Amino acid sequence: MLLPGAMELYMSTVLRAHRTQAASTEGNQTLPLTFSSLTRSFGSGSEQHVVLRDVNLDVEAGEVLAIVGASGCGKSTLLRAAAGLDAPTSGAVLIDSTAVDGIDPRCAVAFQEPRLLPWLSLRDNIAIGLPRGTSSAAGKAKVEELLGLVELDGFAGHRPREVSGGMAQRASLARALARNPGVLLLDEPFGALDALTRLKMQDLLLRIHQTTPTTVLLVTHDVDEALQLADRVIVLAKEPDVQGATISRVLEVPGDRPRDRGSAELAALRSSLLSSLGVDSHQH
Amino acid sequence: MSNPYLTGNSAVPGGVGTGPASVLSPKGTNSANTTNQNDDDGRQGNALIHRNPRGKAVAKLGLGLIVPLALLAAWQLAAVVGLISPVTLPAPTAVFDAAVDLIQRGELRIHIAISTQRVVIGFLIGAIAGLVVGAFVGLSRWVDTLFSPTIGAIRAVPSLAWVPLLMLWVGIGEDSKVILISIGAFFPVFTTVAMALQHVDKNLVEAGRAFGLNGLKLFTTVQLPAVVPSVISGLRLALAQAWLFLVAAELLASSMGLGFLLTDSQNNGRVDRLLLAIVLLAILGKLTDAILGVFEKWAIRKWA
Ligand SMILES: Nc1ncnc2c1ncn2[C@@H]1O[C@H](COP(=O)(O)OP(=O)(O)OP(=O)(O)O)[C@@H](O)[C@H]1O
Ligand SMILES: [Mg+2]
Repeated sequence: MLLPGAMELYMSTVLRAHRTQAASTEGNQTLPLTFSSLTRSFGSGSEQHVVLRDVNLDVEAGEVLAIVGASGCGKSTLLRAAAGLDAPTSGAVLIDSTAVDGIDPRCAVAFQEPRLLPWLSLRDNIAIGLPRGTSSAAGKAKVEELLGLVELDGFAGHRPREVSGGMAQRASLARALARNPGVLLLDEPFGALDALTRLKMQDLLLRIHQTTPTTVLLVTHDVDEALQLADRVIVLAKEPDVQGATISRVLEVPGDRPRDRGSAELAALRSSLLSSLGVDSHQH
Repeated sequence: MSNPYLTGNSAVPGGVGTGPASVLSPKGTNSANTTNQNDDDGRQGNALIHRNPRGKAVAKLGLGLIVPLALLAAWQLAAVVGLISPVTLPAPTAVFDAAVDLIQRGELRIHIAISTQRVVIGFLIGAIAGLVVGAFVGLSRWVDTLFSPTIGAIRAVPSLAWVPLLMLWVGIGEDSKVILISIGAFFPVFTTVAMALQHVDKNLVEAGRAFGLNGLKLFTTVQLPAVVPSVISGLRLALAQAWLFLVAAELLASSMGLGFLLTDSQNNGRVDRLLLAIVLLAILGKLTDAILGVFEKWAIRKWA
């Protein structure tokens, strides 16, 4: 009767060994990220307008952070700064205590649109995400694994325009995951999907986060999605009379994932978040 | 004093100027899909022809031959009936006889070979140069700002204006002809490549950069494949230009080639040979274009 326990112990040792080995060969571990007095303005002189003002936040390694805010408030701009696709006017983004300067290999982005290369198969598109210097055998194995993870095994050879929008989004997500990022940046990755596909994708993201925990910054305009997926939700908003949005609220979401979508606690948080966004929740 | 060929060819520069730009849709990358499909299937919905691809192609070829054959018949008939004097317009049979005659003398093969060789070499040089320069201008805003005005000015020079200079600098030999043809082939490729590269989807390029691609790797992974269809339609234009400039070069100074056959026949009053040269130019032009057309179809299937 001792056998099952011993077996369990053995398995967990093996798994742990496997995990650490994977982490060491694949490079990036999950990394903390800090926005430090980040300000971004566009234009100069009288044309200048501040989009983000003095954003400060520490994101823990492995945390899922949802970013919500009105359209045009600077969510994408914040994410682009983290990816190094855009440089802040002042302040900095620190990943694992080193400043992001130019496109950062520790990050991977899934854009709002899939942005797949139309002339490549889904498999080859995902392979673009592989970190530089990945051996071709390891790369192949990784891509096949990801294809399975996002349930695209049967469509690996298809071109992006031969698959549905949701499938293209999944491929885009897989491409970002292929980079094995320390920080995963998702800009409304499910924005263009129908409600059902969206729920499936959310579950998929949770599963992925469970198997390979990584720091996730998720921009979304869907409050329910934020509450379902995130450890914390931040609200970006403008204060009256000042230019530029900043973090107006940080909300810790209670409960382990996957969360009950119908729970009263979440419903309360939902209406509270919506009112932070300036929406009267009774109308929804 | 007045040279009929020069006036006849003064339409050339205009062709150079308007040709390439007209195939470019603002989206650039997709232009090849919408243009240059003049001998493609998408246009007419003839139920008879649509059954199977093979029969469709054959049927189309057959239908396409009706008009030329009818013209040929009318021409022959007019000649036989004596409607037009054989001095003005010899019968098709006379043209055929002229061909047989030239073949037997072994001259026709040489004319065709040398002309084709000039076109192929000139086209390759011009197209490759156009590809390289177009890539630099299309990819770098600096190069664009610095060089585009100059290139534009050079392009505005009616290309035949180079001929005297080329003759003085390079001589009447092969080189001057090949260079002239290269100039003709350069601009369509240059323009299409530069414009198509400037219009590559910024989002795709950014995505490529976000995943660590840059420089040559970014170019070969994202930008080049994105412009392949437009590049090929540029190549087809360049090939047409190459034939145009071949004739111009050969009319002006040569002792071999189809253009020479044209002038020589004119000087000797051999209208039959003149017509033969024209027919051969049509056939060769169409044939080389068809080869690129096949390549284009393949490339569009692969990259678009
Ligand atoms: N390159 C740029 N040049 C000038 N202004 C810009 C640029 N990029 C973004 N902006 C401005 O920054 C503001 C925020 O844009 P951003 O895309 O970050 O908004 P967002 O919160 O992601 O909006 P949405 O929810 O609609 O995607 C907008 O007002 C936009 O006009
Ligand atoms: Mg956005």
